[in-house]
Amino acid sequence: MRTRWLVAMSMFFAVSTPAAPDQAQVERGHTVYDKWCFPCHGTGPGKPGTDSLRQRGQNPAVLEERTDLNASMIRFYVRHGVLFMPTFRKTEISDADLDAIAAYLTRNNKK
Amino acid sequence: MTMRVPPGVTPSTFSAALEQFEKAVGRNWVFTSDDDMETYRDSYSPFWHEQADRIPSAAVAPDSVEQVQAVVRIANAYGIPLWTISTGKNLAYGGSSPALSGSVVCDLKRMDRIVEVNDKNHYALVEPGVSYFDLYRYIQEHRLRVWIDPPDPGWGSPVGNSLERGGGRTPMGDHFASVCGLEVVLASGEVMRTGMGALPGAQTWQQYKYGFGPYVDGLFSQSNFGIITKMGVWLMPEPEAYREGRVSVPKHDDLVPFVDTLSYLMNSHIVRGTMLLESPVLGYRQSQGGSVLDLPGGPSIAETEAIGREKNLAYWSMLLHFWGPPRVIDAQWEYTKEKFRAIPGASFQDGRAYGFPVELGETDNVQRVYLGIPNLSVFALIAGGQGHMDFSPIIPMTGEAVFEVLKVFGSAYAEMGVPPKNQFFALPWTFFPRSFVLLFGLPVTHNIEQNRENRKVFQRLVEVAAQHGWGEYRTHVAFMDLVRSVYSWNHHALGRLHETIKDAVDPNGILSPGKSGIWPRQLRRSRA
Repeated sequence: MRTRWLVAMSMFFAVSTPAAPDQAQVERGHTVYDKWCFPCHGTGPGKPGTDSLRQRGQNPAVLEERTDLNASMIRFYVRHGVLFMPTFRKTEISDADLDAIAAYLTRNNKK
Repeated sequence: MTMRVPPGVTPSTFSAALEQFEKAVGRNWVFTSDDDMETYRDSYSPFWHEQADRIPSAAVAPDSVEQVQAVVRIANAYGIPLWTISTGKNLAYGGSSPALSGSVVCDLKRMDRIVEVNDKNHYALVEPGVSYFDLYRYIQEHRLRVWIDPPDPGWGSPVGNSLERGGGRTPMGDHFASVCGLEVVLASGEVMRTGMGALPGAQTWQQYKYGFGPYVDGLFSQSNFGIITKMGVWLMPEPEAYREGRVSVPKHDDLVPFVDTLSYLMNSHIVRGTMLLESPVLGYRQSQGGSVLDLPGGPSIAETEAIGREKNLAYWSMLLHFWGPPRVIDAQWEYTKEKFRAIPGASFQDGRAYGFPVELGETDNVQRVYLGIPNLSVFALIAGGQGHMDFSPIIPMTGEAVFEVLKVFGSAYAEMGVPPKNQFFALPWTFFPRSFVLLFGLPVTHNIEQNRENRKVFQRLVEVAAQHGWGEYRTHVAFMDLVRSVYSWNHHALGRLHETIKDAVDPNGILSPGKSGIWPRQLRRSRA
């Protein structure tokens, strides 16, 4: 577990200057995010991913409102899981869909 | 990358089998890398960082019944064990990981077609990769007047959860009881349909369960006798309304007439759905460092009742649920109160009420599963943790049994010298008709010592339960052999029948070896 966190944190701080996300990719990412991520990480009651991040002091706790995520970190958590979040397989979220989620969640990052 | 291979299979044979799998399903749908295998292990494994952790050797993901047939035939030809998953979200019971390390996961997630939803006769026909979320969205998009019954985590599949005999919260909560018609790929690669589906051109496959002759659908639940590629499931007509009502009683001994009354009302179909027995006073005792369980040397009944009087807390309480036309469910609630009034001091509280269709506001904190709406809110119970496994024995639906359970498991924890602070429900649920079920959540972590300790606790609880005639309804892959071992009446007669069937329908033992403790002949010998 410690290894997972170290890898993830190194990705977190290794923020590179992202290319501007393609709008169609962002829209696709929004659709995929709504299907796979929103039930746990969305707004409103009963969203344990959001609640867990809030309890850990993350502000904003809703992933869609973040401006500090990077694609490597998103890919890592989806494929490796973290805490009570399980892994997601390629038959669930394909690599292409995962790229689209990353484009959506990094759309508001400061350039 | 080191090539993992299934037990007893040479690397060259395995390479040849993988090549055939690729021809059958396409190169993109056969997975062997370490990164991919990471996604097929159990995210809530009680064996993290231990050799015993169940890791597959590969995964193959067919997209059609014909591809499943091809995969099974290849597995037979090369002697490859296949561990089948539908959506793979069987968390707390093994996730997508196999019972036998090195098995190839047969991942059916790509088979996600909703073949039919009928809101006149209220059923659906779905493939294994369809999740409860998918089915719910389909029904909403098509404005069909029918409800699904999702289990608490909505990302599982009707096929997987029903075949595992899982439960939900509405009157359709006994999921296997709602199964009507299976399409099964047998170990030979042959495809078969059960019930009315055996009749060519059948008009009633999802409307009559039994067909003609022996009814075999149960043989494909919690089993490794075939791979289900389609399943019929009965749905609930959208009700006109829903309402809740709470019943509370003040004294410890009130539980006996309380459960007797509940049992009468449930078996008369006046009270339906899934309820949790609650104890406000025992909850308070737990919040003060005590336990819901009866620990040796703990507070007496009289002392606990005194706390209840002082804090104005009921000893026992239950939130009841009613679905149907308003005047019918109002009458059911009134009759329910009339029956419980026979218990001196019983009190009642009206709860939420809704008419349908309904638009729920974001602040409405009704448990959406009671309205047939899938969600993931249940994971709040383990927020901050790393997962859990469920110890879930079936116990009699009587107050006396609940008293005994609290005492027996309290004593078991005391003997183990472990504080019973980790269970998130120590009181029973009514997931299934005619009985109670406990759902003790034991934590899993990434700490080897803590996991070893929790596995010991789990094993001891299974043994103690069995000594009192209580057995689990379902268990984690790591404990399937253990649970199977306690279902031992008449020298394991039932288990021996399972093995006889296994040997007959899957002579090469390729389908999910070890599922429910059922091992193929060649592996039984090596495990004996």
